[in-house]
This record gives sequence, C-alpha cells and structure tokens, in this order.
Amino acid sequence: MIKKNTVGSGLLLLLIAGAVGYGIGFGLDALISGGTPKLAGAVPSAFALLFAVSAFFFGLYGYRGITRGLVWQVMGTLLGGLFVTGIRALMGMTGNKLFGAFFFSEPAWVFGALMGVISFLVGVGVMDDWMKWARGIDTPEHHEDKPGWEKYFGVSLDHKVIGIQYTVTALVLISVGGLFALIFRTELAQSGLQFLSADPTKFNVFNQTGPQFYNTLMSLHGMIMIVSILLGISGIINYVVPLLVGAQDMAFPRMNAFAFWVAVPAAVLLLMSMVLGGFDTGWTGYPPLSSRAPVGVQMFFWGVFTAGWSSILGALNVIATVLRMRAKGMTAMRMPIFVWAAIATSIIAMTATQLIGLSFQMVSFQRLFGMGFFDPAKGGNPVLFQHLFWFYSHPAVYVFVLPGLGVISELLPVFVRKPLFGYRWIAMSSLGIALVGFVVWAHHMFTSGMNEYLRVPFMYSTMLVAVPTGVKFFSWIATIWGGKISTPTPMLFVLGAIVVFLLGGVTGPPNAMVALDLHLHDTYWVVGHFHDTIFGGFVFPFFAAIYYWFPKATGRRMNEFWGKVHFWLMTPSFLMLTFGMMFIGLRGMRRRIADYDAALGFDNMHLILTICAFGIALSVLIFFINIIYSIKHGEKAEGNVWNSRSPEWQVRSPMPAHNYEVPFEVVGEPYDYGLADSKYVEFSATAGKKH
Amino acid sequence: MRHFVIVAILVLAATFLVYTGLDAANLMPVNASTQASEIDWMWNLQVVAMSFLFSLIVVPMFYSLVVFRRKKGDTTDAEHVEGNTPLEITWTVIPLFVVVIFAYLGAGNLANTLRGDPNAMVVKVVGSQWSWKFEYPEYGITTQELYLPEGKQVLLKMESTDVIHSFWVPEFRVKQDLVPGRVTELHITPTLAGEYKVRCAELCGTSHYSMEQPVIVVDGALFTSWVSERQAEAAALDTPEARGQALVTANGCAACHSIDGSARIGPTWFNLFGSTVQLSDGTSVTADDAFLAESIKAPQAKIVAGFETQIMPPYQFTDEQIADIVAYIKTLK
Repeated sequence: MIKKNTVGSGLLLLLIAGAVGYGIGFGLDALISGGTPKLAGAVPSAFALLFAVSAFFFGLYGYRGITRGLVWQVMGTLLGGLFVTGIRALMGMTGNKLFGAFFFSEPAWVFGALMGVISFLVGVGVMDDWMKWARGIDTPEHHEDKPGWEKYFGVSLDHKVIGIQYTVTALVLISVGGLFALIFRTELAQSGLQFLSADPTKFNVFNQTGPQFYNTLMSLHGMIMIVSILLGISGIINYVVPLLVGAQDMAFPRMNAFAFWVAVPAAVLLLMSMVLGGFDTGWTGYPPLSSRAPVGVQMFFWGVFTAGWSSILGALNVIATVLRMRAKGMTAMRMPIFVWAAIATSIIAMTATQLIGLSFQMVSFQRLFGMGFFDPAKGGNPVLFQHLFWFYSHPAVYVFVLPGLGVISELLPVFVRKPLFGYRWIAMSSLGIALVGFVVWAHHMFTSGMNEYLRVPFMYSTMLVAVPTGVKFFSWIATIWGGKISTPTPMLFVLGAIVVFLLGGVTGPPNAMVALDLHLHDTYWVVGHFHDTIFGGFVFPFFAAIYYWFPKATGRRMNEFWGKVHFWLMTPSFLMLTFGMMFIGLRGMRRRIADYDAALGFDNMHLILTICAFGIALSVLIFFINIIYSIKHGEKAEGNVWNSRSPEWQVRSPMPAHNYEVPFEVVGEPYDYGLADSKYVEFSATAGKKH
Repeated sequence: MRHFVIVAILVLAATFLVYTGLDAANLMPVNASTQASEIDWMWNLQVVAMSFLFSLIVVPMFYSLVVFRRKKGDTTDAEHVEGNTPLEITWTVIPLFVVVIFAYLGAGNLANTLRGDPNAMVVKVVGSQWSWKFEYPEYGITTQELYLPEGKQVLLKMESTDVIHSFWVPEFRVKQDLVPGRVTELHITPTLAGEYKVRCAELCGTSHYSMEQPVIVVDGALFTSWVSERQAEAAALDTPEARGQALVTANGCAACHSIDGSARIGPTWFNLFGSTVQLSDGTSVTADDAFLAESIKAPQAKIVAGFETQIMPPYQFTDEQIADIVAYIKTLK
C-alpha cells in the first residue's frame, strides 16, 4: 500500500492525474478543433500539467497549503476565463470564438490568470490573518510551526522557514531554466535544425514549430532564471539577515510570507506561457514583436508582474527589519557586511521593479485595449518601451549580484582568519554600485535608434560602475593577502566567484565603449559576459552560502568530498562555456538564434559549449544529491563549524524556532580576526533592548 | 616587501602573456571597413586593459593561496590588519581617472566611427520578417543582395515594415536597429572586396535565425557593370508574373510558403490555384483570384485547416501588386 503523504504517493498520483488530465484535455481539444486534436497540443498539455502538479502535492502533502493554493489557482483561472468569455458572448463581440485554438480568447486568459493568482493566495492561506482582522477577529502574534518537513509546504511566518522555502523554490526553478537551456543547447551543438525542425509535421509541441519552440525555451530560460535568482537572493537574505542583526523575525512576518507565496503562482503563469503558444520575444519582450506574439506572452507579462510584487514587498521588509530591529550596539558600521549588501539590493528592488511591471503592463494593454503606447501607427514609440524596461532591468543585475558580493565579503574573513580589509569602503561601494546603477540603463540601447548624443553620457556613467566594483576586488585581494587561508567547499566557491565575477567585470568596459558596442551588442560576446557576471555574482556565492549556512539550518554538514567534486566539475565547464561564447560572439555569432550559418565555422565550438553545459548540469545534480543526502545523513555539526565570529554561529544548530533565546549586544567589530580577546557579540538577558 | 616585488613582476608577466595570447587568437573577424579599423583600435586597447586588470587581481589571489596557505595543524588567526585608507583612496581615485580617460577616448572613437561623407551613396534598406531588401534610389533598382563599391562610403537609410530588426555585417563591425515608424541611418565605408552577409541582430520572431542575406563588396568598375545589368534585368521584368515573382522575393513570402509543395510554416503555393482548400471552420473554398487576393490582404479572414496558430502578418500591397502576385502563383504548377 502507498502510504499517505510521501514522495512515493505524490509521484504515483502525478502519473495518474497527468494521464487523466491529458485525456480530458485531449477530449476537449477534439471537441474544439472539430475532430483533429494534436498529440502535443496546448490544451491537453496544459490540463495534464495542471492536474499532475496539483496531484503531486496532494499525494505529498494532502489538501492544504500549496495543494489547496494550486487547486484554487486552477479553479480561479477557469472561472475568471469563463466569466470574461460569458460577458464577451453576451455582448456579441466578434473575433471571439467561444473556445479558440487556446481554449479561451486572450482577454479571458489574462483575466483568468489574474483571478488565478488571487485565488492561489487565498487558497494557500497566506491572507487568512488579514481577512480575519478585517472581520474583527484577533489572531495570535506568532503561529507555531509543527516540527518536521510539513511546515515547508504551507504558510509559515518564521523567516527561517520562508528563507528555506525561497531557496528550495529557487533551486527548483534553476533546474527548470537549466533544463530549457540544455534542450536548446543540444539543438545548437550542430549547425542546421536537427530535432527542433521548422517543419510542423516533424516537430509540433504546444502548437509550435521547432524554431518557435526554441524561441519560447530561450525566452523562458531567461525569465525563469531571473525569477529564480530573485527568489534565491530572497532566500539567503530572509534566512540570514534577521540572524545577523539579532532579530526574532522579519519586521512584517505576514507580508514576508505573502512575498514568498505570490512568487509561486507567478512561476505557474510563466510556465503556462509555454503551452499557450509560447512567445518569441526573449525575456526583454520588446514591442512591436511582443505586441504580435501568441497569447503566451500575456502569461509571461503577468507572471513577471506578479513576481515583481514578491521582489518589492520582500525588499521593503528587509529595509524595515534592518532599520528597526538591530541588536543593541549594532551601529551602521558594525553591521555584518552582508547586511549592507542586502540593504543596497533592497533599495533597488523596492524602487525600480515597478518599471518592468509597468512596461509589460503597457504592452499588455496595447494588446488588449488597443492603446498605442509603443505603436508608431498610433503615435507611439517602440524605443520608449526600451527605456522603461531597462530602467529596471539594468539595475536588476545589481539586485542579482550585490547579495552575492556580500556573501563573498562575509565569508572571506572567516576562511582567511583576517579582518575584512576596508570594511567601510566595501559597505559604501555596495551603495555606490546601487546608485550608479540607476543611471546607466541606456547602455543597452546604443544601437536602438535613441538620440545619438545620449550615448556618450551613458558611456561615462557606465564606466563609473567600474570604480566601486574595483574597490571591492582590491579590498578582497587585500583581505586574502597575508591571511591564513583554508579552502573548504564554501571558500572554494567564494574564490571561484571572485575569478568568475572578475571575468564578467573586465569584459564589461568593452560593452560600455559605444563604438565597440556597435559590434558587440546582441552577440554571444554579451551572452558570455553576463553569464560570467551572474555566475560570479550570484551562482557561485549562492552555492557558497548554501554550503556555509547549511549546518545552521539542519545541524548537519554537506559532504565535503562531493562539494569539491561539484566545484571542480562546474568551474572549468563554466569557464570554457563562457570563453567559447565570447569567442564566437566576437567572430559573428548572434544572440537568440535557433540555428547558425555553417559557413561561420562554429560547429566545433558549439559542440564543446554543449558538452560544457552538460558538465555544469551534472555538477548541479551532484549538488542536489549531496543536499538531499546530507539533510538526514550528513555529519553532525551543531556548533561553530567554521569558527566564525558572527552571532548566528555562537548558538547551537539548527537555529531555535525564535532565534536567540538569550539576546545579544554588539561589543566589537564584526571581523576582528587575529585580535586577541576581542568579541563581536556578548549574550546577556539585559541586551534585549533593540538598537 | 619581497612578496610585493615578486607579485608585481608576476602581474606584468601575466599581463604580457594574456595579451599576447588574446592577440594571437585573432579574435575579430576580417576587417572590411574603415569603421572596423576604428573599432579594432579600441578593441586592442580594451584587450590590453582586460589583460592587465585580470592579472592584477588573479595573480595576487593565487599567489596568496599558495604562499599564505594555512599550514597543517596551525589553528591561529592571521595578523590583524583592518584596512588602509590611503590605499583605498588610491584604488578609488586611479580607476576613476582611468575610466574618465577611457570614456574620453571612447567618445572620440565614436565620433570617428560615425563620421559621414556628404557624397556617400545612399541605399535604402528595408527589413521585414524575415528578409532584407535593398533599394538604390540613384539607379532605380531593388535587390536582395547588397552590392557595395570598395572605398566609397555608403549611407544606409533603414526602415522596418513590422518589428525591430538590426543591420549587422560582422566584417564591417557597426550595427544599427531598424525601428518601425522611423528611418535610422548607418555609415559604412567598405575597404576590402569580398562576400559577407548581413545578419539580423535583433530578435525578430520565428525565423530570426535565418534572416541573413549576401553583402558583396566589389571594386568600382565591377559595381558599375553590376548596376547596368540590374537595370537591364529590371526593364525585362515587366510582365505581371515577373513583377509578382519579384514582389514575392522582395517580401520574403517564401520563408513560409513553399513553391514546390514542401511543408513550411504556411500553406504551399504549388498547384494551389484552382484547387479546393479546406478551411479551419470546416468549410472549403476554391482557390480562385478572389480567395488568393483576400488571403493576402486579410490573412485571418479564411484560415486554411492546420494553420490556425500560424499568424501571417498583414502586408500592404496595392490591388495591382496583388494581381501580379496571384498571376505568379498561377504559374506554379
């Protein structure tokens, strides 16, 4: 017999429900299309996917928490869609086949999607307390979680649980985005279209031909990875920042839970875009291309819009927490350096994210209501979109990397047993990068046809980013210099991060030089460059942080040997991948193409790149196995594993439910390694008063 | 002190090695325009800077990892050094100067790259999903290949009929987007005869990857004779069928509609005229002049069964042009 609430019963139900959902969808498709349903058509696939995912969580967890959220999202989407379909039918609107190729018409899908998101949030229970308050019912300040794994699948107000929920969701999405990359990377291994054939009789998945599906995968790879990065940094920040500043929780625990849970239906919307015709616009979604793309692009727009709420509310919470809830004695210049990075990143996320939401909303409205924001035929301007879009999307890369750079600065002193060199300069350089980052957006638009004279000031501002970034590198090197360096897995990833981020850094200025960028723009050079910055600024530090704080969360260490295998497999694969990308980019390889001219002679290099991509995938698989194994069987590590001065390591692991049972007071500098008898924090019952 | 001297020497050596390696790797494609020479000059400067900066950080880091490695059994901390303000100021101010100098050089470099010749030959470039078209207003010809005379500046006046495209010939280096609703310009002075390709650099939809067409640079005499040949051809091509075929080629119809019966994104035109076509609403229609004309003007009015999700963009043709295209389709048997 299958036991209730296990992975096994989840997987079994996944298979059964997937098949049932597919059958229902196939039948519906047959009805709609008048007898010619497609095997991999949009409707059967969508139904199979929704049924299977919901059923998996039902088997794993029962009808509550995330399961209830997903079921409600499905129902909300259908009801919202039917509502609009009904109104449109009553109004006798034309162009509204009741159930078109995509089951609903576009306005019905958009309304349904938004209803689905709201239904998810109500269903999962993250609004329960607020709705009770609105009805005049009191709720307890804290909700106690039951011990065990089940709390991770429902609403918890504990920042540590939410941090882990964020991190795990990020890892799941990284796997999905990485899988997409592997698919199109495999197609690119050789010139000519192989399995992603342009012939609809040979390749037709979700009503898309090979090149169309390539474009969808490539676009979703970008956006899913971006969302997973945003969730990943929120994961680390949520788990670590309250511990570092000595708070019991985040300032607004319910909003914290809301910020996490709103990202889940957002991810569902993003994946839905794939089955609703996909979209061929890249993650940048430039109109007029995006105003002509299939319905899928609407799911993409609103998925990003919804995920933006997570980012904005999460950032607001971090800022409030750091401003109001620091331990006694923790002045600004005595905060752990990671907290500075979290603040810098949150300032950007809280104030710039609105712009990407707005720009996508405007294209969505252009499609739905005929508003001509970016349509030259109606007096609109396609280049305006690019300004709005990049006003967020450039600073966004600093949102991605600043926490990672914070992790590097936070971990280096521990493993070199020396103070962080130039603490104030590193702290200020984070703010400097964040602020300069707001005035460089148009360097993505040097070829866009914007006013020619604007290009030079943006070249100057872009080059300025090199200065605070340089301060970080020099200070890190000065920290390492003369230290007593040991290299356990987290430190390996920190060092890898420095080298890889450096590669991203030195390949940046060529793009800032306008004339040179006229050659580099939209080539694989740029693809290589930003993968370097993102791997160096996020992926490597993210892994470092997981290896480093894993014992804090679980009381066990991850396996050191397999951690090193992970590092030594991923690093060379990744370096070769981006070197190769930059090389062919300079020689004429354009971005975002499903196939390339064999005459360019890139076949061998692309084959190598594909092999490297699989090398990275294998290393990440090893990491996943290591994590899952170590949760139960890892070596016990309940004390100060890394011999750190940081407050969270002065208490036992795993961290108690309400963090510090005895509050602490800051009595020294955070990184005074090598200074005899110095302490950063002192625990005492009288330290309860907050700074 | 000894450590600093060794590291300084190693940094210089590494800079030299990295630069020599990158230089020998011949990273840029063939240089085929004066603009490319400007850009390659800046690229070389950047390679020097990249080699130096990379070495400046990586060499001391690896040196430390080897030399200052924790000895076995040593559990003590390292020397307590908190920072050094003059040093921090130095490595803030010097890079500040360097980036300002680089940006200054970059501005001059940009000015040189953009410098226009008032006597430049004008070519109108029209980008559409997913093809290029080149019009030479001076000579009254329209072609699918961009022929350019060596050593003479050409001013491209570029328009898009649908979405954003981007004109890029890697050998010329420079790139410029084509934006619907406006005319964008690009100056290129080809310097090396040869066959290149213009490759659309801005994602423009399904067949973006194949939006490549030949660019051929020849010497002045060959260019002149090429122009006369094209003009003669244009004069000969004044039948409805030929005009239709030219329109079909110029608008890239064949990207989706095959003329030999093979399957592409849209229905084939082979044996289409006069045949019975199954529509997506279950009815059928005879492919006569009226049906073909309607399908070009309003592609979504009657959708052929099996092509429901392939949205053909509307094209703006005059009625005469449509008649020409239909005349051409009639010849495909």
